[in-house]
Amino acid sequence: MAPDTGAPQSAPAADARPRELAQEDLQALFDVLTTRGWTVVGPTERDGAVVLAQLDSAAELPYGVGVALAPGGYRLRRRQDRAAFAHSAGPQSWKTFLHPERARMWQADRDEEGAVTFTPETEETAPTPRYALFGVHPCDLAAIARQDRVLVGGAFRDPVYAPRREAAFVVAVACGEPGELCFCASVGTGPGLREDAPCDLAVHEIADRDGVRLLISAHSPRGAEVLADPALPLHEPHPELGERARCQTEAAEQRMGRELEAEGLRDVLAETLDSPVWDEVASRCLTCGNCTLVCPTCFCTTTEDTTDLTGDHAERWRRWDSCFDLDFSYVHGGSVRTSGKSRYRQWLTHKLGTWHDQFGSSGCVGCGRCIVWCPVGIDLTVEAARLRGEAGASEEGPS
Amino acid sequence: MSASRPRLAVWKFSSCDGCQLTLLDCEEDLLPLADQVEIAYFLEASRDTGPGPYDLSLVEGSIATRTDIERIREIRAQSRVLVTIGACATAGGVQALRNARDFDKLRSVVYARPEYIDALATSTPIAQHVPVDFELRGCPVDKRQLLEVVTAFLAGRKPDVPDHSVCFECKRRGVTCVTVAHGTPCLGPVTQAGCGALCPAFGRGCFGCFGPKADPNTRALLPLLRADGVADEDVARLYRTFNAEAPAFAEAAEEAGR
Ligand code: SF4
Ligand code: SF4
Ligand code: SF4
Ligand code: SF4
Ligand code: SF4
Repeated sequence: MAPDTGAPQSAPAADARPRELAQEDLQALFDVLTTRGWTVVGPTERDGAVVLAQLDSAAELPYGVGVALAPGGYRLRRRQDRAAFAHSAGPQSWKTFLHPERARMWQADRDEEGAVTFTPETEETAPTPRYALFGVHPCDLAAIARQDRVLVGGAFRDPVYAPRREAAFVVAVACGEPGELCFCASVGTGPGLREDAPCDLAVHEIADRDGVRLLISAHSPRGAEVLADPALPLHEPHPELGERARCQTEAAEQRMGRELEAEGLRDVLAETLDSPVWDEVASRCLTCGNCTLVCPTCFCTTTEDTTDLTGDHAERWRRWDSCFDLDFSYVHGGSVRTSGKSRYRQWLTHKLGTWHDQFGSSGCVGCGRCIVWCPVGIDLTVEAARLRGEAGASEEGPS
Repeated sequence: MSASRPRLAVWKFSSCDGCQLTLLDCEEDLLPLADQVEIAYFLEASRDTGPGPYDLSLVEGSIATRTDIERIREIRAQSRVLVTIGACATAGGVQALRNARDFDKLRSVVYARPEYIDALATSTPIAQHVPVDFELRGCPVDKRQLLEVVTAFLAGRKPDVPDHSVCFECKRRGVTCVTVAHGTPCLGPVTQAGCGALCPAFGRGCFGCFGPKADPNTRALLPLLRADGVADEDVARLYRTFNAEAPAFAEAAEEAGR
């Protein structure tokens, strides 16, 4: 089901033949996107990490930067080649741009007679930024699709997300270098880009003795228009390049650092709500919320009401929240999930279980971020496997 | 008009004045504030003092002397709403370091004429002595949060002061985690947000100056601090720096010191 976002649909563009672009010519693609009114955001090296930020030029991409990942550990490493997209599980995801951490919803003013006027946000008070998301890996492309489902695919169209999403131009890049904690292959979101991947441009970055070359195909009419721009020095791909890209994806699939057995996980979680595994995880969990905040599909927000000193002007904002916040489950009289155990269980059962009931898929796309950026390195693939073991055991046991 | 303005008072107990300075530092918001409230008592800003009762009292500092106890009772009696501001007022402050030690010995080591020092053996939060309507954390408090609290009380609403971890603010600000990416010890996962992740934004670990977050799991942080190279006695010191009297940090210090 395609949400009505105006976002790229799966129908391939008229001219879907892949084209080749030399890495040195990436600036030309930046220029074409900028000229057409997009603000390019993409990966860049900062503070010992590959972060996502507004990029002024292609020179800011993280050439030759790789990562070494462990549960609760992230380090940059220098690569032998100059690949710009051979990193994974950075500290941010693209939701930073499509589902911003804080947004104003409306303002209210009271005049001298006491009459109150409400002013909702409009294109004038909050112009929609037009981002070109440059270098979206397959897991993250799937994460955007899952947020589409949540934020625009139901009865409610999110007023902040929807226009940003419609405006965004998505340059997806297949993964040639999965990280130690990636498991997109086992949840079916990567590491390759399918021919109908919902993006505007699909890129394979191939680094070999001939340097770094990019194989680009249009996946949307907008993408085709960009590729047809005469300012882009595209050429007919080297005959072997397509094959190299395929091999790279196949090899990447074999090198996944983690695996999540997705089959039947929803039922496993539903059956193990009282398992002692939860108590054990809770003893290690800081309830710091990092896992939800880095997860590219987590969408929860809370509202924030502000007034100015006169009391005549009020604003409603919303900001990212997390089910690890005690206040998150506050209902009249107190919080429902007071224990760390109940909060960790909420995160994992929502992500891998009840998301299916709500949105028809898992909430996990296998990016590995929650494992990397959990300060104490709690690994959901490990915990899910333990719970599966428990579910199996209770099935076999006497009833 | 001015007769109906709420009356604000700002009080100092044992403290460094940093939190009061935060209020003075509100610059462009100070004049509008002075329009909305009558600043009846604020020695740091003006020698003009007006008698109680007060609608809102902001109290900085901890209870460290016998006269402090008398004075805070009097202020409480004169104040409709009493809000404590800063680590001293909410958790004893740096001066609560003495609570876990031999006070007489400390006094004789620190002061040339210890007999002149008429202080209590402990430094304790205001809320241990009188009922407090709201506690605002931080060493010093955060300017935005201070204005939010004052504004909220003027409007008669609940202040929006979240009690989740500093990690929330790192992630919202897009600050790369110093623990995960650099191996820098950080108290952020057990510390209450409010500063806007100030220290991690400058590549430093959080020192815990906003005190414990709601329901912190300090026991789970201990192995991580050790792995990041903090010796157990230093873990205890970390927890005892600004908020030594906050129960969750006091227990964590105790546990690490064991
Ligand atoms: S649950 Fe973890 S691995 Fe899965 S999408 Fe979220 S951050 Fe990535
Ligand atoms: S896991 Fe928690 S924060 Fe994430 S979407 Fe679900 S309830 Fe929200
Ligand atoms: S699982 Fe890790 S990141 Fe998530 S709340 Fe617990 S300690 Fe924090
Ligand atoms: S730097 Fe500290 S406060 Fe920030 S996310 Fe990491 S552990 Fe949490
Ligand atoms: S990061 Fe921690 S120590 Fe630094 S200002 Fe914030 S609460 Fe205080």
